[in-house]
Amino acid sequence: MSEVLAVSISRGKGERYDEFRVERRESQTVLDVVTEIQREKDETLAYRFACRVGMCGSCAMTVNGRPRWTCRTRVSQAVDAAGRLTLEPLRNLLVIKDLAVDMTPFFDKWRDAKGYFEPGERPPDDFVKVPPSSPQRKAADEGIECINCGICYAACDVVAWREDYLGPAALNRAWTLVNDARDRGQEARLAAVTLETGCQACHTHMSCTDLCPKALEPTYAIAGLKRLALKRALSGKSNAVKP
Amino acid sequence: MSGRLFLAQRATAAILAFAVAAHLAMIILAERSGLTAGAVLARTHRNAWLLAFYALFVAAASIHAPIGLRNILLEWAGWRGRPLDLAVAGFGLVLLALGLRAAFAVYAA
Repeated sequence: MSEVLAVSISRGKGERYDEFRVERRESQTVLDVVTEIQREKDETLAYRFACRVGMCGSCAMTVNGRPRWTCRTRVSQAVDAAGRLTLEPLRNLLVIKDLAVDMTPFFDKWRDAKGYFEPGERPPDDFVKVPPSSPQRKAADEGIECINCGICYAACDVVAWREDYLGPAALNRAWTLVNDARDRGQEARLAAVTLETGCQACHTHMSCTDLCPKALEPTYAIAGLKRLALKRALSGKSNAVKP
Repeated sequence: MSGRLFLAQRATAAILAFAVAAHLAMIILAERSGLTAGAVLARTHRNAWLLAFYALFVAAASIHAPIGLRNILLEWAGWRGRPLDLAVAGFGLVLLALGLRAAFAVYAA
């Protein structure tokens, strides 16, 4: 294969696009292309990657308008009708330089959604029994493979409209913990995810579910949280006060 | 949207799904039957069931619409805080007043 691939890359904070030409190779990934450009053609190109095998979630960027994990996206899957690639940083996050974005707000929202295990004040007296077949365990299993790539966050229109929305990844993580029988922080978590900026703000566009590279379904996790939010509202618990 | 607003919007949506369908059916039926305005008003006159139906319809709409409008303003206009809440609450009250006035007008006509 001796074809040449035309690649257009957003530079700086999106001020301009630079054009590159890279040799097409069999089974070449988009990350291979970016790495080749950075090593062979322009060493000032900024981007982020680590594992190269779809585990770390570092290499996500916008490829021809769609957020994708570039290490697991082949060029042949991603090129447009003219055989071109246009690479841009992830949407909804501040650009540091070129293809690297500041992930701080994304992870801050995990914290705000109480997306971490809360063991309680002191250890429980006994082990909690969690049958693998229980509905809670199954619900948690469906959401725990998130690699924090930020693709769902970039794909979400609600995040684009209101930057304080917690976003699909943080709510998905909260949902897995809501279904964790060992966790002792449920009240604070439910209060956090049913605030104005929480699950009710979701419009069920399903872009997160459509584009998640791990085939997770944050939309359904958020729907689960919405059901809990309704129960909470019916029980008269106020979520107007920050926990 | 807080949990209570979310609940209010879903609950009123359930009422509106029924009320809008019934309202459209009534309009189409009246139109197809060739009823004049006078004949329609003769049927609505002192009809307590119809007044109750439209009062419920108007109440549901005047809760549902401001919550939806609030979301739109929040997301598309970036409006936040108490002025937004007061503005949409005012909008809801206007809808309620106009709607109830119309419902009572056909009842009393």
